[in-house]
Amino acid sequence: MSVTHTPETPEPGTPAATLDTTAIAATDSDLIGSGQEGGIVDQARAYLSRLRGGEMGALPAIAGFIVLVVLFSFLSPFFFTERNFANLLTQAASLVMLGMALTFVILLGEIDLSAGVTAGVTMAVFVVLSDPGGAHLNWIIAFLIALASGLAIGTFIGFFRSRIGIPSFVVTLGLFLGLQGAQLIIIGPGGLYRIQEPAVLAIQNNNMPVWMGWVMLLIILAISFATSMVDRTRRTRAGVPNRTIALMWVRLGVIAVLGAVVIFALSQNRGTAFLAVTGVPIVVPITLVILWIGTFVLDRTKYGRWLYAIGGNEEAARRAGIKVIGIRWIAFVVCSGLAVISGLFAASQVGSVDAAFGRNDVLNGVAAAVVGGVSLFGGRGRLMHAAVGALVISVITNGLGLLNLPSGVNLLVTGGVLILAASVDALSRVRGTKAVEHPTGPFNVFAIVGFVLSFVTAIGGIVLGAIAVFQIREHGGRGRGLAIWAVAIGIIELLIALVIAVTAVLRAQG
Amino acid sequence: MAESSELRPLIELVDVKKGFGPVSVLKGVALKAYPGKVTALVGDNGAGKSTLIKGLAGVQPYDEGQIIFDGEPVTLHTPRDASALGIEVVYQDLALADNLDIVQNMFLGREETELLTFDEGRMEREASETLRSLSVRTVKSVRQKVSSLSGGQRQTVAIARSVLKKARLVILDEPTAALGVAQTEQVLNLVRRLAEQGVAVIIISHNLADVFEVADYISVLYLGQMVAEVETAKTTRDDVVGYITGAKTQARGAAA
Ligand SMILES: Nc1ncnc2c1ncn2[C@@H]1O[C@H](COP(=O)(O)OP(=O)(O)OP(=O)(O)O)[C@@H](O)[C@H]1O
Ligand SMILES: [Mg+2]
Repeated sequence: MSVTHTPETPEPGTPAATLDTTAIAATDSDLIGSGQEGGIVDQARAYLSRLRGGEMGALPAIAGFIVLVVLFSFLSPFFFTERNFANLLTQAASLVMLGMALTFVILLGEIDLSAGVTAGVTMAVFVVLSDPGGAHLNWIIAFLIALASGLAIGTFIGFFRSRIGIPSFVVTLGLFLGLQGAQLIIIGPGGLYRIQEPAVLAIQNNNMPVWMGWVMLLIILAISFATSMVDRTRRTRAGVPNRTIALMWVRLGVIAVLGAVVIFALSQNRGTAFLAVTGVPIVVPITLVILWIGTFVLDRTKYGRWLYAIGGNEEAARRAGIKVIGIRWIAFVVCSGLAVISGLFAASQVGSVDAAFGRNDVLNGVAAAVVGGVSLFGGRGRLMHAAVGALVISVITNGLGLLNLPSGVNLLVTGGVLILAASVDALSRVRGTKAVEHPTGPFNVFAIVGFVLSFVTAIGGIVLGAIAVFQIREHGGRGRGLAIWAVAIGIIELLIALVIAVTAVLRAQG
Repeated sequence: MAESSELRPLIELVDVKKGFGPVSVLKGVALKAYPGKVTALVGDNGAGKSTLIKGLAGVQPYDEGQIIFDGEPVTLHTPRDASALGIEVVYQDLALADNLDIVQNMFLGREETELLTFDEGRMEREASETLRSLSVRTVKSVRQKVSSLSGGQRQTVAIARSVLKKARLVILDEPTAALGVAQTEQVLNLVRRLAEQGVAVIIISHNLADVFEVADYISVLYLGQMVAEVETAKTTRDDVVGYITGAKTQARGAAA
């Protein structure tokens, strides 16, 4: 194996020296730690300290998801059923895709406000081209043309952002309006095209045979195992420590159990005794494949690493020789391309496309990404986070829908959740840049009390948590994470209380 | 480094000029830096130090003058030209991505891949070994996010990054300006270690204590002219202050 500089070969510019295995063994103890050492307990501890450090990832969203599921299960007898579970997945699919699309640009600290209308206008192109009453092209060709128009839109945005230097907010706001006009012209005023192609309708409305769901789970496990093993082999070959293998088994176990529960639930008959409906909706594997490819690119290839680097510090990336313009440009193209797929999912689900199709979706997409833990400031977040965030938003929509609340409530709650998530994002960012690694000093009393209190009374948690945050900002001390959590939990409780109160009032009125 | 190469400067600037419109900022400057040696570039605010460095980095080419690198005349028109020769600049605003870890930052833009995917093990090992070769002891884990590092540790990562790139000339623009006593000491040690590895180091600093501690040679810029190039061992602080303030001048090239 090759190394650059060891104490034995101190001269830079000399070709990489070759070390034999004994030399590796001799220098091993000399390596700086990598946080991979130790058993499962150490790893768990390291994970906890990362959480405390503000790297919470999708955890708040997952917690929120569970809370919402429990809450709605109490509030509506229809919520916790196999049929609604399948509904939830298909309702969420298009938002998951849109959230993932937006993640590519949000990671750069950019935004694409036109992603929703991109989905709309390209689906307008699609239906006009594929409609039997229209051009009646083969649906695949029609879709490829729609996709190409989407990529063209992304190229357009990328050009104006990267080459001309207009903030993406402005370019895409312009497109948000302009493309709505284009969509209206393509569809015609008051026009509405039904999706008639069975293959397109099947994406959201048909299911895989039950056995295929299980095969899918096995494939997921196999891929996860294989990538872990490749990583481990490479690390071993380089002579750096691997995480304990138990951790890999735990992860595979969690995937296996969760996957099995989902697939089992989806193999139950959720139709009628006469017309059985079973199996995983076809949209699920398509989404998973795109999620996997996107994650692979972001985590394991130069493109992904450079995207994160630009999101973290554009100047650093530029000085490292990264072609910032190109990377950013491609991100906009990817975003628009995935937005087209999100549009296809939505069209398949709704069954028709009209002039307003996709118009209101983009903010939900942004909310999905942010709620899931993708930072609006760029550089932090994963596709998986956007997917989880989309599930949270969809659960809110789905659950409130079952409660027969006016649709205004849904918008209010979603908006509140977005602002809450963005606040957590902003607060943890301040923490990441200002605070030192291990804040010292006494634990802030307000933080502890506020955290405990937040479970009992929302207001107490918010007030004490906020006091603690400001005290720690002024005077230092530990407990900032607890304080933020106290505020967050308090706000979540308030929101839940609000929903329950509104529900109760509406129920009382009849 | 081989003894013989110590006689020959790795880089030599001859009669370099640079102006912005009517203002001439560098009025025929000469500078030499030797492999394995630390050359301090000092001078008052506005003397032209940064302008001189930007020319070497290829960020802002000189108007006139000759650049001789390793005995050969070269042109430095883009950062890529400089990079290709092994010239690395560690800027004062360190240019690290906070959201990435130490390994990722050190390899940014030159990641090791196999079958298009990262060979994280290899990068981690090389990063670790590079830091060790510089006797870095304060970094606990190379997988720490840079956002969690102190100023001195960040400086360390930025410098180690240039070592990893096999730089032959490393230019540090005020590397200790924002650091406390202990961290300054760490970084100065690192600079020495860098020179010991055979790298030619140019360090810009306003802090003469640092300069006298770390530098082998001191070059003084005064209003766009190189007024002194002296060996640290053969000069005093008062003399250098004199050169910087323009109170004293030295015959050209006396120490070179
Ligand atoms: N792009 C530019 N356009 C016009 N004048 C410039 C430009 N860059 C530098 N100058 C001028 O050149 C002179 C030298 O600047 P320079 O930044 O090189 O000084 P310096 O020695 O690095 O100072 P300091 O110690 O404050 O960093 C200054 O008078 C400055 O105003
Ligand atoms: Mg300067």
